[in-house]
Amino acid sequence: MSAAVGTRRTQERANPEAGLKHRLLGKNPLGLLFSAPYLVFVLAVFAAPVVYAVWIAFHDFFFAAPGADVSYPFVGFANFVYAFSNAQVVQSFGNVGVFLLINVPLTVVLSLLLASALNKVLHARVFLRVSFYLPYITASVALVGVWLFLFGGDGLVNNLLGPLAPNPSWLVNQGLAMPVIAVYVTWKQLGFYILLYLAALQNVPKDLYEQASTDGANAVRQFFSVTVPGVRPATLLVLLVSTVTGANLFTEPYLLTGGGPNGSSNTPVYLMYQLGVEQGLPDVASAIGLVLVVAVLVIAYLQNRFAGGRNE
Amino acid sequence: MTRPLVQEGAAAVGSEASARQAPAAPRPRARRRSKGTATLRGVVLGIGAVAFLFPFYYMVVGSLQRTPDQTLSGLVPDPGNLTLENFAAVNSRISLLTGLLNSGLFTGGVLLCTVVFGVLVGYALAVLEWRGRGATFALVLLVQVIPFQLLQIPLYVLIARDYGLADNLLGMILPFAINSTAVIVFRQYFLQVPREMFEAARIDGAREVRLLWSVAIPLVRPAMVTALLLTFIGPWNEFLWPFLITKQADKQPLAVSLANYISAVASSTANPFGAVTAGALVLAVPVIVLFIVFQRYFVSSDIGSGVKG
Repeated sequence: MSAAVGTRRTQERANPEAGLKHRLLGKNPLGLLFSAPYLVFVLAVFAAPVVYAVWIAFHDFFFAAPGADVSYPFVGFANFVYAFSNAQVVQSFGNVGVFLLINVPLTVVLSLLLASALNKVLHARVFLRVSFYLPYITASVALVGVWLFLFGGDGLVNNLLGPLAPNPSWLVNQGLAMPVIAVYVTWKQLGFYILLYLAALQNVPKDLYEQASTDGANAVRQFFSVTVPGVRPATLLVLLVSTVTGANLFTEPYLLTGGGPNGSSNTPVYLMYQLGVEQGLPDVASAIGLVLVVAVLVIAYLQNRFAGGRNE
Repeated sequence: MTRPLVQEGAAAVGSEASARQAPAAPRPRARRRSKGTATLRGVVLGIGAVAFLFPFYYMVVGSLQRTPDQTLSGLVPDPGNLTLENFAAVNSRISLLTGLLNSGLFTGGVLLCTVVFGVLVGYALAVLEWRGRGATFALVLLVQVIPFQLLQIPLYVLIARDYGLADNLLGMILPFAINSTAVIVFRQYFLQVPREMFEAARIDGAREVRLLWSVAIPLVRPAMVTALLLTFIGPWNEFLWPFLITKQADKQPLAVSLANYISAVASSTANPFGAVTAGALVLAVPVIVLFIVFQRYFVSSDIGSGVKG
């Protein structure tokens, strides 16, 4: 590769046409070569599948034997109608709504609180940071294994609560299954958001705190009038990322509750797996995916609009 | 597939720098109040640390119990109830070693691709001037917005059905081969290297590939470690995609085989609590050890030293 580059270079110097090449490809055409693998990858693994996803959703698509000559007729919105006339699908979107209503505010409040405490602490910084990040870096499958028993019928939490334990127990209780999953995901992901906030806190001007302190504002006042507005861009990012993560929910309901009881913790992505892969209806699954993505984009737009502020 | 993993590195680099500054001495007037605040802060952080660490402790305790004890007294390890049998119990149904090996191969492949291709694009975007650079960077940002829900079905159709890459390492790696967040991080790191260093090397006659290999990469090596570590946890912990694409037990990464064990097998074993926590521990420990050993790379970057020296 480098030899070819060398020859090109010498040619450029000797050849007056090299000016044209520069104008066409830029000063270092090698940049395009360096980027080629990435561009090919994006085309193959992102661009093509996105287009394919939309195409599948509007056609009567099914799995055929490799090499079989089959046609997939255009069916308009039939897949969408089929999907959303299924009560389970509608329920799964509602479940994600419940999840987000618990998970997102909890995430924002706890991560900002812990990040600002961590930011000021002098002792045991490394220990605290490591312990806060551990759940985030550990596989959800491994942690779910523990939570499964913690919140099981005769698990530690119920043993601790004694007569106060919910009946039916957490994970088999229609009203509690999704909230437990929401709390689990909050706990699991919090370290990442703490990191985001820690970085953002460094950008809050120190003299704002001094000013507030001179004006007689106590720590709580300072937190609300200096810290909270100061980290607003990070808050927006936390809102967006946690919403997208929540909409992608699959592993936790799959392992903790199996989507139950009575579909009360089923999620769209879990249904996409059940319908698309297990039941051979990839077209219906794709339609659900499309609706889910549009819903997430709408929520993200609203968050950006109302939490992002005007001069961001 | 984009995950916001690598941003962490960049974010953390910033956080440590100013966190090192000691806070100003409290004014006498505020001293008593700030003492109360400090206590409150300590309590909040302490509760946080316990909440974060407890399930890990419980994982270890549970994996060592001969007969499961999920009562409060089970929290304190009972010397008469300790055993390593749980590890053997999981291992008899899912091969932990095969699982670890598959996880390692999957993660290694993703890391290799992420670094090789990511560094090339990152360098091209930060240092080289070429037509299409702006458009490529816009693409890198755009790709971040595409959620996996949308890609899940078409990727499954394409990779598992059309390309026949189900139960295949390549099929498992492919969607993760390039991490756009890593590209952004690499670009950011290369941007921090003063342009003069590249110009000087070019005048000395170094070619672009050599320049990248022997000037640019050594300068950003600490940052590279951060990016590597953060990319590592993605595929190692990934569940949905390898779960979709591998049905053969001997091809599954540990996260997938353990999940199958939890959902299908565990309930029929003598001590499901012990067996599941033992498997969980095997899956969790490699990442935790790496994280603790390289902990400082999560919070600091020595990029300054290479440039100044």
